[in-house]
Amino acid sequence: MIEKLIFYIFAIIMVFGATMVITVRNPVRAALFLVLTFFASAAIWMLLEAEFLAITLVLVYVGAVMVLFLFVVMMLDINTALLKEGFIRYLPVGIGVAILLVVMLVGVVGPENFSLDEMAAPERHGADYSNTRELGSVLYTVYVYPFEIAAVILLVAIIAAITLTLRKRPTTKYQNPDSQVSVKRDDRVRMVKMKSEEKK
Amino acid sequence: MLALSDFLILGAVMFGLSIAGIFINRKNIIILLMAIELMLLAVNMNFIAFSHFLGDTAGQVFVFFILTVAAAEAAIGLAILVVLFRNKRTINVTELDSMKG
Repeated sequence: MIEKLIFYIFAIIMVFGATMVITVRNPVRAALFLVLTFFASAAIWMLLEAEFLAITLVLVYVGAVMVLFLFVVMMLDINTALLKEGFIRYLPVGIGVAILLVVMLVGVVGPENFSLDEMAAPERHGADYSNTRELGSVLYTVYVYPFEIAAVILLVAIIAAITLTLRKRPTTKYQNPDSQVSVKRDDRVRMVKMKSEEKK
Repeated sequence: MLALSDFLILGAVMFGLSIAGIFINRKNIIILLMAIELMLLAVNMNFIAFSHFLGDTAGQVFVFFILTVAAAEAAIGLAILVVLFRNKRTINVTELDSMKG
C-alpha cells in the first residue's frame, strides 16, 4: 500500500514536471522543471531496486548535464517571445499526436498484457543486497567491451565539444612549436671571418 | 502491489509528453534537446521496470550505457548550439536555412 502511495506521488510529480518542461516560456524554468522530473524519476527507480542508477541519475544528470544546460541557457541571449510563436498553432497537433501515441502504447503495455497475473512481482531483496555490487559484477565481466566503448564515446564527446567551441582570436599571440622545433643552426647563428684583435 | 504495467504506462505517458514537446516547441532548439532527454528518461524507465520484474540486471546495464550516450549527446548538442549562436546570433530553427538551395 505504501509502495502504491510513493509511486503515485512521484509519478504525478514526474508528469507535472514534464508538462511544465514543454510548456513554460522561460528556458531556465524548463531546465529547472527537468531537474524536478529527474529527481522524481530517481525516486521511482529506487522503488524498482535500481539504487545505483537512481543515484547516477541524480549525480550525473542533475549534477552535470542539467548544470551544463543551465550554463548554456543563461549564456545565450535569447528572445523567448519570438521562439514561442506558433505555440498555439502547433498545440492541437502536438496534443493529438501525443494522445494517439499514448493510447497505442497503453494498448500494448497496458494491464491486460503486463498485470500482476501475467508477470508476478519479484521478491524484495534483503537489507544486505547491494545493487551496485550486482551491477558491477556483470559490467566488468560480461559487458567489459561495451564498457570500454562507452569510455571511448565519452572521450570523443570531450574532444568534439572542445574542438567545436574552441576559437582562435586573431589578436592573441601564441607560439608555433613546429617552427620552433624545426629551426636550423644557420637560421640563428652567423659565422663571421675576421682578424683577431692585436695587443697594443 | 504495483504491477509492471503501472511503470510501463508511466513511461508511455512520459514518451507522449516529450513527443508533444517536440511538436509544440519546434522553434526553440534548447527545449527540443530537453524533450529528447525526457524521451530517453521514458525509455530508461521501461528498461529498469523490465529488469526488476524479470530479475535480470542486463536491463540496468543497458540503462547505464544509455545514460553515457545521452550525456555525450547533450554535451555535443550544446556545443553545436553555442557555435550556432555565436555565428548567427539566433537559435530559432526557422531561421537556420542557410543550407537550403
